[in-house]
Amino acid sequence: MRNERSTEDIAMGIRRRVFEHSMRNNGGYLSQACSAAEQLAFLYNEGLNLGEPVLPAVPKPFAGVPSADNPDYVTGAGYNGPFEPQYDRLFIAPAHYALVAYATLIETGRMDAEGLEMFNKDGSSVEMIGAEHSPGMEVHNGTLGIGLSTGAGLAWGRKRRGEKGQTCVFMSDGEVQEGQTWEAVQAASHHGIDNLWALMDVNDQQCDGAMDSVMEVRDIATKFRAFGAVCVEIDAHDLDAMRQAKAEPHEGQPLIILARSSPTKGMSFLQKRFPRLHYVRFKSEQERAEMNISIAAELGIDPIELETH
Amino acid sequence: MVEMVSRPYASAFEAFAVKNPDVLCLSADLTSSCEIDGFRDRHPDQFLSLGMAEQNMMSFAGGLGLAGYRPFLHSFGVFLYRRPYDQLMASVAYPRRKVRLMGFLPGITTPGGMTHQAIEDIAVMRSIPNMSILETGDATEVESICEAADSIDGPVYCRVLRGSVPRLFDSPIKVGEMRELSTGADVLVVTSGIATEEALRARDALSNAGVSIRHLHIHTIKPFNEQALLDHIGSVKKGVVVLENHVIAGGVGSLVAEIMADNGVGKPLVRLGLNDTYAHGGSRAYLMKHYGLDAGALVRGIERVMGIKTGIDEEALAAARVDAVHSAVKAEAL
Repeated sequence: MRNERSTEDIAMGIRRRVFEHSMRNNGGYLSQACSAAEQLAFLYNEGLNLGEPVLPAVPKPFAGVPSADNPDYVTGAGYNGPFEPQYDRLFIAPAHYALVAYATLIETGRMDAEGLEMFNKDGSSVEMIGAEHSPGMEVHNGTLGIGLSTGAGLAWGRKRRGEKGQTCVFMSDGEVQEGQTWEAVQAASHHGIDNLWALMDVNDQQCDGAMDSVMEVRDIATKFRAFGAVCVEIDAHDLDAMRQAKAEPHEGQPLIILARSSPTKGMSFLQKRFPRLHYVRFKSEQERAEMNISIAAELGIDPIELETH
Repeated sequence: MVEMVSRPYASAFEAFAVKNPDVLCLSADLTSSCEIDGFRDRHPDQFLSLGMAEQNMMSFAGGLGLAGYRPFLHSFGVFLYRRPYDQLMASVAYPRRKVRLMGFLPGITTPGGMTHQAIEDIAVMRSIPNMSILETGDATEVESICEAADSIDGPVYCRVLRGSVPRLFDSPIKVGEMRELSTGADVLVVTSGIATEEALRARDALSNAGVSIRHLHIHTIKPFNEQALLDHIGSVKKGVVVLENHVIAGGVGSLVAEIMADNGVGKPLVRLGLNDTYAHGGSRAYLMKHYGLDAGALVRGIERVMGIKTGIDEEALAAARVDAVHSAVKAEAL
């Protein structure tokens, strides 16, 4: 499935949609849209080979957790298309990017805009932290660091079955603080899992603030290479560089693309909030109004009509 | 004399796995310790070494499950849930992956001390939604554990015995059932794993002392046949004694207590196991005696429920061992 819009256009659409949603809902994961809009737009619009969605454009309500008594349970992976040998699979490892991922599904025609109205509403499957049953999700990744291991296991299994489709893990750089990430890279390298690749949003941010102030991770590209991956570093907002990085040969090794991003790209007003960008809440109605005018102008749209509180 | 079987898991796993190409053998650097070294050497295509990195192994296994495989994870029980608990929850238990956790060295069956002794694994696993739990108590159960585990539609944790294992039973594990080893009328004795052999040691001595024991061996801890247990409790006059190779809190004794309480069963219950304590490193016989997990401890527990003194001493138990264990085979065959 290919969208007729350009990836640049979709990235802009993601930022606008996440901005509008956050304005209306008194805050949100704005910074993740700034850093990752091009990456998610790239994955869905050209980087991945995905089939047509197999789930309804308007997501169904939460229908229970997996259990022996819930035989009709389905994950949200159907928004990424069917599980067929030729198609790629995607894991969104940082599940708190869900709002950005949902916006991407809408911008690429895989989910109706109405889906976002259900975001974080009780009884909805469009959860704030993406769950297995949330649109575009296939597994729980809210506990950071487990995504790459899952992708490695699936990729190894698919390779053994002779499937052509690749497995991609969208990651966040905070995950390199977790030991499991390194266990996953060494295992993927040891077993030559080269149908696995990761695109990592390296925005140098984590929940407590700038990563260097929380826990220095040093030169992660060198570390990834030392653990056996092919690693390419790019500007996360340069789509040509992203295309080139995706084409990097990595026979017998996993590929990890470090997309160095700005957590305020396209929403410069957020620089005033640096380095506390993980979840942006408005400190006052005045700040909300200023942010609305400033960011809307930068995104080339009218300020969002806000309900009075 | 009871038959001792050498490394029953090794041959049983190999025989089962070669018939099931979607079964994969995963190991975390304890390959010979889990008796799968021969399998690794003879079937390298079905074997995956994941190194000393259990967190990755657990999520990786979840990924293999997504690809339609049924990975058997081999390690010491402790390493399958303590360090990778988060991964066990998110990558295996929640999504009901068909991951088979083969946990060796249950309870005090290792001299490795606290770090190696899985003493609270059943309590942990019982509290995890979607998880099933099996425990082996003899060579026949070890030989049938792969087939039993792989019949479960979802994840399963198994307590597996290794090395030289006595053969007590002559029929394989039937998931969801329990074994009736005797059908007496005074006290219900419920045991699992290696505790069953201890109870069999006490069988003749108790019989000679005039105590009539109804004895259940539990290999399927979750799911559990509640009504069958209630029927057995209803068949004895005095009460229930549970002996297990596990901490008392959360194990089979707790399971029995919960079922009794839930159903308003007003009979005495004595739960024997590690009593809110860690063990330390030592031989199995020493640890079982030291921590009150052996036949002698069971006899004292039965005396508490009966309100009597049987006069059974260590000598009587030791003398009883050979015949009693052997007779279990006969009883099962009937």
